[in-house]
Amino acid sequence: MTTEVAASVGSRRPSFLTRMAEGRALPIAVVSLAVLVIWYLGAIYLNAQLQIDRFDRAEQDWTARDLIVGTLSQDRPLLPAPHQILLEMNKTIFQTSITSKRSLVYHSWVTLSSTLLGFAVGCLLGILLAVGIVHVRTMEKSLMPWVISSQTIPILAIAPMIVVVLGAIGLKGLVPKAIISTYLCFFPITIGMVKGLRSPEILQMDLMRTYAASRWQTFWKLRWPAATPFLFASAKVAIAISLVGAIVGELPTGARAGLGARLLAGSYYGQTIQIWSALITAAILAGLLVALVGVIERIVLKRMGATP
Amino acid sequence: MNGPASGAALDNTIEDGAQPAPAADDRVVEIKNLSVTFDTADAPVYALSDVDLDIARGDFVSFIGPSGCGKTTLLRVIADLEKPTGGAIYVNGVSPVEAREGRAYGYVFQAPALYPWRTIERNVTLPLEVMGVPADERKERARRYLDLVNLGGFDKKFPWQLSGGMQQRASIARALSFDPDLLLMDEPFGALDEIVRDHLNEQLLRLWDKTGKTVVFVTHSIPEAVFLSTRIVVMSPRPGRIIDVIECGFPRDRTLDIRETPEFLEIAHRVREGLRAGHFYDD
Repeated sequence: MTTEVAASVGSRRPSFLTRMAEGRALPIAVVSLAVLVIWYLGAIYLNAQLQIDRFDRAEQDWTARDLIVGTLSQDRPLLPAPHQILLEMNKTIFQTSITSKRSLVYHSWVTLSSTLLGFAVGCLLGILLAVGIVHVRTMEKSLMPWVISSQTIPILAIAPMIVVVLGAIGLKGLVPKAIISTYLCFFPITIGMVKGLRSPEILQMDLMRTYAASRWQTFWKLRWPAATPFLFASAKVAIAISLVGAIVGELPTGARAGLGARLLAGSYYGQTIQIWSALITAAILAGLLVALVGVIERIVLKRMGATP
Repeated sequence: MNGPASGAALDNTIEDGAQPAPAADDRVVEIKNLSVTFDTADAPVYALSDVDLDIARGDFVSFIGPSGCGKTTLLRVIADLEKPTGGAIYVNGVSPVEAREGRAYGYVFQAPALYPWRTIERNVTLPLEVMGVPADERKERARRYLDLVNLGGFDKKFPWQLSGGMQQRASIARALSFDPDLLLMDEPFGALDEIVRDHLNEQLLRLWDKTGKTVVFVTHSIPEAVFLSTRIVVMSPRPGRIIDVIECGFPRDRTLDIRETPEFLEIAHRVREGLRAGHFYDD
């Protein structure tokens, strides 16, 4: 009797928790929870001294509970608590008119526009370089070292120079930032596309040869479609660093708008909550951009007969 | 002797490698003293040495031999996928380069080499696109040749949705789609199982009989070579060379049944003897 019950229990459909554990939801939830706990503990620890000093100045008695509540609700904490950042983001994203200078949507758009411009130009440049490198032997020898060394120069060092030089010839605002994005993001595109354009197998190339296909036809009918999966893999990296480039481009100029400007202004005035909300917003933006590329990738590759 | 495939057929089968010289304008492939040497890091590899061969229009010629005998290399030289290092070769009376640029042949590789991002139909129309055939006619021809290889209804599938045998059939339809007079086939059925292979052999033979195309066929299967060919070129490795050319006079509309006839077995025996004579057992 009891064994029967046990058996019937065992064969029941898996519980909610089991199903969560089998999927991705549970691991993600556990990691997020751990990050939150560590963050709160860190905030309490880092802000404690500041809070104790404040109690002392006010000559006020305090309990552990007062201390914790105090550390998590300061105006300019060393490390803001997650809920403070979320409240600030809610205020500046949803509660503020998007045309206002205080709106993070407005600042995000300023950064996003140069990110996208820089990404578009970077993709084009990266693809053109790759096409040249694959088709002209001397271009590989002469260009590849430059392509690689361009990425060894710290962007923080070169960004102010680009901004200053372009400012001197009258280019301000969007374009210099987009150029810094381009500078960063053409590289993964070039590297990925060189590999992708060279990915067709010998037989596939021979086939084109038996048809006496021109280079142009071989490119469009074989090399380009074969390189498409590589292009998307590179584009995911490129669009994320393109955003980084745009933010970095906003730092040395003292730009008045953009996520970089928010970071800079926040650090001038010790507005740590503002800094962190801009940071988190930038991270979310990067995540959305990468996800968007991923969606386009899935649609395009499905049309190209990718195995589901 | 039993069966219709005897008598006259046998008379011209065993003629001891004497090549009947075809009329000059009837030669699709003309090879004289051809050699191909690959330079490798340690020593040059003599892939082909002193090869002489003529292939007449309408012939079905098989190259047979152990791996390393240069049969694929010879086919690739005819197709201008490999450059000879010595001797002369003409395809349709011109150099292989000119023949290739004139789209003289359709080539079927060992592997299907379908483009995975194209549907079966668009794989078959690939050469037609390259050659600038209008879209309507491309579609029409794809349908016709896919039907011919029994792949009607699979036109919208992608290559991975088809079995290996079906993929290879699609690649044959692709080679046929622009109606070349010369078909070069490099072990096209090597990776397929016996039953599928028999079936495709019969289909290929019927196609050859119907269209009068010239076929050059690389294989390492003796029964396949004897069944399909009008002439069998037996090759041997190190250096790659021709050691025997065997005439095979079965009627053009032969069926798989002839494989049981004494004539068939006799030719197969001669091919095997030739292969054995040229083979080194050093590995």
